[in-house]
Amino acid sequence: MTQKVGIIIVSHSFQIGEGVKVLIDQVIEDVPISLACGTEDNDIGTSIEKIQGAIEQVASDSGAIIFYDLGSAKMNAEMAIELLESSSIRIAEEIPVVEGSYIAAVESNLGKSLEEIMSSLEKIKINM
Amino acid sequence: MIILTVDKTKDWMKEIQQRMADNKDQLTALDQAIGDGDHGINMARGFHEVVAKINHATYDSVADVLKSAAMTLMAKVGGASGPLYGTAFLKMSLAMQGKEVDQDVFKQSINDAAEGLQDRGKADFGEKTMYDVWKQVSNFLEEEDVEDWHGILEVCQATIEDTREMTATKGRASYLKERSRGHVDPGSMSSFYIFEALDEVLDLEA
Repeated sequence: MTQKVGIIIVSHSFQIGEGVKVLIDQVIEDVPISLACGTEDNDIGTSIEKIQGAIEQVASDSGAIIFYDLGSAKMNAEMAIELLESSSIRIAEEIPVVEGSYIAAVESNLGKSLEEIMSSLEKIKINM
Repeated sequence: MIILTVDKTKDWMKEIQQRMADNKDQLTALDQAIGDGDHGINMARGFHEVVAKINHATYDSVADVLKSAAMTLMAKVGGASGPLYGTAFLKMSLAMQGKEVDQDVFKQSINDAAEGLQDRGKADFGEKTMYDVWKQVSNFLEEEDVEDWHGILEVCQATIEDTREMTATKGRASYLKERSRGHVDPGSMSSFYIFEALDEVLDLEA
């Protein structure tokens, strides 16, 4: 059985990440979800090291998708991917964190591929 | 002529740290006006960590010092300035890899840093970001003889002043749209301190 596509949530706020995970856990049980939220000290911000750790937690051959809240979280996510040199990690660009990760969790649970999930997410792009 | 050595590069980082500490409140005030208000704290903390890291370490090359600084900034700065300054110093380090740092190598490293910033921040020139300063310094070095380091500072100051009247289209300031006008970009200001510190170091007798 193939691994399910993983989900990584990168938020400036530790609580946002925890909250989103609780929300998803209510409906989906066995999709790999990891969090990289807040700085090393859980203050507001993001940490490349935390993101790398979160990627390693859920990475598999099926790949994983990173959801982020604000611009600098995306920059740190990009750098983490570059440092890990992983090719199967995608960033959900301009996709709202709550709706996006929720949809991705549902689809991942149905056994959809990385590309299939990414194209579903296209429908909920936000224009900042 | 060699312009940067390992020791001078360490001194450069110390001079930056000093300036970020001295101007922490000013950077914070600028960032409170059009951003999220953490730029002063982030820069002061980031370079404090850089100096703590490199102070007692021994390095074989300028490239290694800058790489160490870049990795520290990425790890320790929570805001956008971490990946951005981290990228700038990492690109400089890569350009200097295996080389002694003369004028040409230095020019190339600044050029690469500016390109790296553009790439990382997805910013174009004139979007009221730190990229404006790095790009202008890079252009200046292309055209001028680098004997005249003070010229860099004039270029920086003029560019910072230019950012005042721009409308931000990138970063947190972009949410304010035209209300970002009338305020200097905080990242341009902290970039100025980086080049001011460089000027200070290059003026010291080798």
